[in-house]
This record gives sequence, structure tokens and C-alpha cells, in this order.
Amino acid sequence: MAARTEHSVAASFKDAAIAAVIALALFGPLVGLRTEVTTGGLFLSQRWGDVAIAVAVVFVGRLLLNVFVFKTDRPATNLFSGMKLSAGALARIGPVFGPLMLGLALTLPFILLYGAPSQSRYYIDLGILVLTYVMLGWGLNIVVGMAGLLDLGYVAFYAVGAYSYALLAINFGWSFWLCLPLAGVLAGLWGITLGFPVLRLRGDYLAIVTLAFGEIIRIVLLNWYEFTGGPNGLNNIPRPSFFGLEFDRSPEGFAATFGLEFAAIHRIIFLYYLILALALLTAFVTVRVRRLPVGRAWEALREDEIACRSLGINTTTTKLTAFAMGAMFGGFAGSFFATRQGFISPESFTFIESAVILAIVVLGGLGSQIGVVIAAIVLIGGFEIFRDFAEYRMLVFGLAMVLIMVWRPRGLISTRKPTIALGKAKAIGGELVGEGRG
Amino acid sequence: MEYFLQQLINGITLGSIYGLIAIGYTMVYGIIGMINFAHGDIFMVGSFIALIMIIALGLTAGSAIAVVILSLLLVLVLAMVLTSAWGWSVERIAYRPLRGSFRLAPLITAIGMSIILQNFVQIAQGARVKPLQPIITGGYTVMDSNGFAVQVSNIQILIIMTTVILMVAFSLLISRTSLGRAQRACEQDRRMASLLGIDVDRTISLTFVMGAALAAVAGLMYLLYYGVIDFFIGFVAGVKAFTAAVLGGIGSLPGAMLGGLLLGLIETFWSGYFSVEYKDVAAFSILAIVLIFLPSGLLGRPEVEKV
Repeated sequence: MAARTEHSVAASFKDAAIAAVIALALFGPLVGLRTEVTTGGLFLSQRWGDVAIAVAVVFVGRLLLNVFVFKTDRPATNLFSGMKLSAGALARIGPVFGPLMLGLALTLPFILLYGAPSQSRYYIDLGILVLTYVMLGWGLNIVVGMAGLLDLGYVAFYAVGAYSYALLAINFGWSFWLCLPLAGVLAGLWGITLGFPVLRLRGDYLAIVTLAFGEIIRIVLLNWYEFTGGPNGLNNIPRPSFFGLEFDRSPEGFAATFGLEFAAIHRIIFLYYLILALALLTAFVTVRVRRLPVGRAWEALREDEIACRSLGINTTTTKLTAFAMGAMFGGFAGSFFATRQGFISPESFTFIESAVILAIVVLGGLGSQIGVVIAAIVLIGGFEIFRDFAEYRMLVFGLAMVLIMVWRPRGLISTRKPTIALGKAKAIGGELVGEGRG
Repeated sequence: MEYFLQQLINGITLGSIYGLIAIGYTMVYGIIGMINFAHGDIFMVGSFIALIMIIALGLTAGSAIAVVILSLLLVLVLAMVLTSAWGWSVERIAYRPLRGSFRLAPLITAIGMSIILQNFVQIAQGARVKPLQPIITGGYTVMDSNGFAVQVSNIQILIIMTTVILMVAFSLLISRTSLGRAQRACEQDRRMASLLGIDVDRTISLTFVMGAALAAVAGLMYLLYYGVIDFFIGFVAGVKAFTAAVLGGIGSLPGAMLGGLLLGLIETFWSGYFSVEYKDVAAFSILAIVLIFLPSGLLGRPEVEKV
């Protein structure tokens, strides 16, 4: 035993040393030599101290990992295995967790207003942001999680929704409540337009065409100056009113009508409830549609397209409805985004947005509604925590994506209940569920 | 005609660069069936390493021709080795732990890695664009009529020659060596290959190393051709190269090169004859149209599905 331990310690040191050499090769040129742009051309400044720190961190980190996790009989991670939630525990927590989160979401603005008045505006804004991503995640979940079609250009529908609302409101002066369904319908139509040519494509061919579609929409928005304002975007998008009552100081305004003192926060709270309602609508429709024949067809399509066809399911309409419905909710979210920001430009609809939404869906656990909420809170909320380290926060964001995925390849919530079952429905592990082959 | 010829030369040059990057995508896809989203950023890292090496060696257009050639060779080798280390590490950290797991998981880690690489280079090297004085200058006039001279610059010749040499060497590597055989075996059936004594993990690692080395070559070529790089070039180049790989039929090496050339030509001709702004739209639209009629790309084998 002692010999083995000694051996493993020696091996750990050797392994860590190799890791340090590789780290030196990786960081040596890129960190050690920094290219500085000057009037006389480029020159290099040297920062070997940083390289030494990076290499030392890799060496110590790898050594600790080796000694306590990899090359030992009793990995330190075992200490935490007792804390892992078992499937049974999850099943018990599950029914409570959803309503609990819902209750918290419903009361959050008031808790903040009375709990932390000075910070409330910032946190409610953050809540709006998280809820927007939750809604987008739920919308994309229909396409990727349920129908199993890998969509890398979801942000295109978000953009269509945002521009639809902005252009209709600016050019025709239509109200938010009229434009919202229109934006959803338009985005849905775009979903079908994209869906048609890609019906025959599978898996990664589908992924690249959806990505290309997202880029095409962005490039058109960027270059069609007369219509979309090009890179300058659209300004002065009308703010939503409370069913006709504006949030202003006028006697007909929201505050005066309800006998309240005017405060800017009213609008923020209204926006918060608006996105909460939209997100809940998405969740509600998704949960209900799952039980309809079309919803079951989606899930069948995800599991096995050939079997699906042999059973007489029309895969064409099944795929198109999934695309259209996912796109429609993306369009709703887009309209909300436009009215909240008051300003939109193609900058907001880059590929990275699609990637973040997809990451939320996959990290949450494909097809899991509550998983999307948790992933959105972790990723978007975590991103906000690092706002003071603006330079590093995208780096940390990427690291978090990689680490969470390696830690839980099936997503945070990987167990699922079949939508329909003979006898008693039983939650099954994610490894038994099909994987979005497209 | 002269204008057409000039665009053709420019298009082939651009297509060669896309083709070199596309090979990395297509090889990784062929062997483990995943989209390596970070590959475009590996190309960007290769470009930066090449830039750092060029400045460190003090290479300028004024250097003697022999010095320039030797230094560029040295830069090329160093960039290939160091970028390969990046490719290897990315695979080791983000993809190997997820081997055999759920199919979308490595896609997400790949996107995460892409974000990490971009931001790492942005922090380490600064966000400003890095302009490099041209090192290889001069060229030949192929044709001169009606006052329009068709030019081939030396750098274009260098890019096309390098690509051709690498393609030949690479095809030989895949078809003749034991490593190539192991790769093809893993592509067909990973479990069977491992039963026959092939170290699958090592083969996959080497695939990433080779893909990264080719991306480093593309990075150096891009740097010498355009003379300007920044931390974001990887995204656009990556998407284009991936498009090229899919256009040619993902998993097929000649397909990747063909797709790259086609994409380069489409882009150049579209910018030459129609509008520069919509060149990407043209490229992506042609991709969509090709896929409607040939769902597995130009040279891809249709997937046979067993029930």
C-alpha cells in the first residue's frame, strides 16, 4: 500500500511536470510576448513573469488534481458524492421546486422594493434579462429539446421579432399589444420559410444551414440602410403602455390613474411582469402541446425519424410546426427586447447569442423546462456577477460552459418523465433519451 | 476577360486558405462526428503565433531573399508545432472527457472553447487590430490588354503552391502511412478499430494535431496575404471553412478542398461583379441550394441508415 502511494505520488509529479511543459508551450509565446501597435509598426513587449505564474498555476493545479482526484484510491470527490441528489430525492423535490421558483418570480419585485430599495432597479433589470433568456431557452427547447432539430441560428427569429415590432411601431404607430402577435406570426412564417429547404437535411447539415440563415438575416439587417437603418439600428422605439396608460407624469398616466406617486420604477416592474407572463405563456403552451398528438410526434421524431415515418407520422408537418412554434416564441421575445431597450441594432443578434441560448438549453438538460431556468440563472446571473471584471467575464463564461458540460454531460436536469405511458409514468435517466440527431 | 482572370486568381487564393482550414473540420467530423467549433479560433491562434514569431525574428521586406525564405520556414514550423499544442490541449480538456457521451455535449464545450480562445487572445494580445508590413512583395503580370493588367503576386503563388504541396503530402499521409490507416479505420468503426489494437485516443489526438497544424499554415498565409489580424478573425474564417467542408461533403478530404475553392470563388466573383456587402449571403445561399439537391454535399457519401 505504501509503495503504491509512493509510486502514485511520483507519477503525479511527473504528470504535473508534463502538464507544466505543455502550458509553457501554450502560454510562452501568446502571453510572454505581447504585440504592441505603435506608429513605427509592431514591437514585442515581454511579460515572462505572467508566463511563470500561469505555468505554476497549471503545475500546482494538475498536481492537486492528481493527488486528490485522479491517481488515488479514494478520490476527494467521493466526499461529495453523498451530497449528490439521487433520482428519488429529485423526484420529491421536483414538484415543490417549480411552484417555489414561480412564487419567487412573482413576488421578486416587491421583495426587492422593500428589501433593498437602492439596489432594486438593478436587480429587477437583471431579473428581466434572465427571464428573457429563460423564454428564449424555452422557445428553443421546442426545436432542439423536443423535436431534436439542432438549430444554431435561433437568434434570427429573435431579430425578426424585434425588427417587426420596431418597424411597425415606428412607421405605423401601432401599439405594442397589436404588434406582439404580429411579430410572433412573422417570426413563425420565417421559421417555416427556413424549415422548407432544410426538411431533408439531417444533423450537422441542418446545423450549418440554420447558422447560415442566422448570419444571412444579420447581414441583411446590417446592409439594408433604407429599411433597417443598417449598423445604426433603429432608435426611439415606443415603450409599452399599461393597456393604454402611459408610464409618464401626465394626469392620464399610469401613476395618476391609480393614485400612485410617479416613479420610473413602475415601468421596470411592468416590463418584469410582462416578460414573466410571456415566459410563462411559452412554458404553458409547451407543456400543453407536448400532450397533443403533434407534441408526441415531436418527441417521436427526436427518438427515431425512421420509426416515426413507418408509423405514419408526417415528418414534414411535424418539423415545420416545431420550427414555426419555436420561432414564434423567439419573435415574442424579440418584440419584448425591442420595446424594453428602445433601441435595436444588428449588434444584438450575433451568433454568440444563438450559442448562449443553445448552451442554456443543453446545460439545463434537453427538454427539461426547469433545467432551462436553472441554467439561465447560473449563466446569465453568473455573467452579471463578474461585471466588475469586464475583461475576464467572457473568459469565465466560456470556462463555465466547458466545466459544467464536462461535469454533467447530460445537463443539470437529466432525468425526464415520459409524456405518456402505459400504467404509471416513471422518470428515466437522460442516457435513455434520444439525442437530437435532427 | 482580364477582370474575370484576375478574380479567378484572387478566388483561388482565398479558396486555398478556406480549404486548409476546412480540412481540420472535415477530419475531426469524419473521425468523431462532432463540429469542432473552436477550430476557427485555433486558426486565429496560429495566425497570432506566426505574427509574434515574425516580429521576434525581425523579419521585414528589406531582408535578403534567402533570409526571408529561411525565416518564414522557421516561423511556419514553429507556428505549426505551437498551434498543434493548442489543438491537442483543446481536445484533451474539452472533448476527450465527453467521448461516447451525449452528442450535443461536445458541441457546447466546443463553443465554450471558442469563447475562451477568443477572449484569452484578446486579453493576452490586446483587442486592437495588428497590422503587419508586407514581407513578400512583387509579382508578375500575366496578361496586359486594354490597359488592365492581370497580376499574380508572389504571395499568391506562395499560398497556392504551399496548399498544393500540403494537399499532396496530406493525401499520401492518409492513404499510405499506418497513421492514415488507423485514422480511416477509426472513421469506419471506432470499436472495431480498438479491438484490432489501434490506440483510438491517440489517433483522435493526432487528428486534432494535424488539423491544428494545417490551420496554423492557413493562419500564416492569411497574415501574409491580408497583413491585418485581430482576435476575432477566427469566427468568420471558421464559419466559412465549416461551410466549405459541408459544401464539399463533410468527412471527405477532397470535398473539403473543393468546397473551399468553390466558396472562395463564389465570394470573390460575387464581390467582383455584384456587391461586397452581400458576398456572405451569396456564399450561404449557394450552400443552402446545393444542400437541397445534394443533401450530403458535393462529394459526401449519403448516410446509410440501418434500422
